[in-house]
Amino acid sequence: MSAVSIHSLHKHYPGVHALNNVDLTIPQGEFFGLLGPNGAGKTTLISVMAGLTRATSGEVSVMGFDVVKQYRQARQHLGVVPQEVVFDPFFTVGEMLRIQSGYFGLGRSNRAWIEELLETLHLTSKMNTRMRALSGGMKRRVLIAQALVHRPAVLVLDEPTAGVDVELRKILWQFTTKLHQEGHTIILTTHYLEEAEALCNQIAIINQGEVVALDSKQGLLARNPYRMLRVTVSEAPEKLPERLVPLLHEQKDTDFTFRLHRKDDPIADVLHALRHAGVEIMDLHIGEPTLESVFLTLTE
Amino acid sequence: MNLYGLYTLFSKEVWRFLRVSTQTLGAPAITALLFLVVFAQAMETRVTVLEGISYQVFLVPGLIMMSMIQNAFANSSSSLLQSKMNGSLVFLLLAPLSAIELYLAYVSAAIVRGFLVGMVIYVVAWLFIDIGIAHLLWVLLFAVFSSAVLGALGLMVGVLATRIEQVAGFQNFIILPMSFLSGVFYSIYSLPPFWQAVSKINPFFYMVDGFRYSFFQQSDVSPGLSLLWVFVFFTLLSAASLHILKHGYKMRN
Ligand SMILES: Nc1ncnc2c1ncn2[C@@H]1O[C@H](COP(=O)(O)OP(=O)(O)O)[C@@H](O)[C@H]1O
Ligand SMILES: [Mg+2]
Repeated sequence: MSAVSIHSLHKHYPGVHALNNVDLTIPQGEFFGLLGPNGAGKTTLISVMAGLTRATSGEVSVMGFDVVKQYRQARQHLGVVPQEVVFDPFFTVGEMLRIQSGYFGLGRSNRAWIEELLETLHLTSKMNTRMRALSGGMKRRVLIAQALVHRPAVLVLDEPTAGVDVELRKILWQFTTKLHQEGHTIILTTHYLEEAEALCNQIAIINQGEVVALDSKQGLLARNPYRMLRVTVSEAPEKLPERLVPLLHEQKDTDFTFRLHRKDDPIADVLHALRHAGVEIMDLHIGEPTLESVFLTLTE
Repeated sequence: MNLYGLYTLFSKEVWRFLRVSTQTLGAPAITALLFLVVFAQAMETRVTVLEGISYQVFLVPGLIMMSMIQNAFANSSSSLLQSKMNGSLVFLLLAPLSAIELYLAYVSAAIVRGFLVGMVIYVVAWLFIDIGIAHLLWVLLFAVFSSAVLGALGLMVGVLATRIEQVAGFQNFIILPMSFLSGVFYSIYSLPPFWQAVSKINPFFYMVDGFRYSFFQQSDVSPGLSLLWVFVFFTLLSAASLHILKHGYKMRN
């Protein structure tokens, strides 16, 4: 059974086809990245999974439970950290968490878990603080605690690190990695591609409501057959060897950057050509393709 | 049934208004008591509506019912609208709560609010005026079901409204005038025939009239008929609000 399975999903808003025939299966235990430019439909997809929005057509299930017909079980297994920092200004952090836990049918027996969550997210000292008195970063931590209060198997984070300071970002990365190691399925949307590259094993890229790529991180990276070779030489030659001219991407003083095809342009050839021309090589740097370059090609 | 979830939402809703009880219980009680003092002073010697009952005493049940109506409505409508405005409604929508559980929680909290407002007014009035209750069971039935009708109506308005002005408008232009013109201050038989007929299509008239019967055993129409109408409104509004919650209009779209 997969953690999330999505079949022929469509969502129309007046004038917008926000999701267009999405098919996606997310296996259990995955750290899954959902990438796409603004307005691609990421939040809409999450909303349908969470039952916050009704799909126009298609089926979605969470841990085998249909999100409409078996919404109780589906919601018990799903935790969602919303994109917007929303809160009820009336209540304190502790009250918010106890209330959320209560909605899921969990009473006193869940207090210990709530305390543990507060501890892990460094919120214990804020337990009796009203939500409105918290900083933005603190509010986001509370959102994460709320999403986990019923120990869901699947955790969805909708751009959790947007507009977050470096320290909190680090805490979030560590925390989600820990949850993943403990067996949770994590679904992360983000527009920081280095974040997806660092955390996710499996990635879907959506653009204008369609899944344009679904692959492992390595698979996606391999789609970009080029890598960058930067060579620092002792003295720039008058003329570059003929063979290397079409490969040159950029030159700054004694720094030459070549764009090389994995198969057709072996690094050894380049180095050999340079040495042959009497150029002395001082330093080398190989830049592997980034997710960003792949992403840009797919969503252009 | 997610009973514990229902109970949690219910207590959160009760807690929400108790935390600001000066506004949610104190202010309505003071308004009602001011009406009582002012109208009773001005009219005491001139009007007798019901045989053997002073105007001041006559006013009390109507004022209590009027306050219950307004506050039960305010409770569910303002809570829902606020949680929509600040976005915290999402936490409720993510939870495994069914339409009927949401309905029961909001309506029960509205009943508690209506009931407490009514109690406060009654107790304070009772300190100054000798006013007994003829049929306690009828008092309870009218109090609970009238508050429930308004709780369900407030739930619908709170769900469907997208702006604060819509809820305020409903409150100021529908609930307030209709509750004022429901026979709180007079017997509808003192009105010209046309306005009598108009009063009889005002749901609040039956709530006030039946409630008053429970105190004095006197009323404009039979209390059984009034209770029947209250049940009819209760059924209609409950069905409508359940329908809205089930289909997620304006909530899950
Ligand atoms: N409630 C809504 N009503 C109408 N259009 C919407 C609504 N929510 C999202 N959209 C539209 O659907 C598309 C996808 O939006 P969204 O899922 O929020 O994208 P993302 O999260 O990837 O930035 C956008 O074109 C957006 O304008
Ligand atoms: Mg989004």
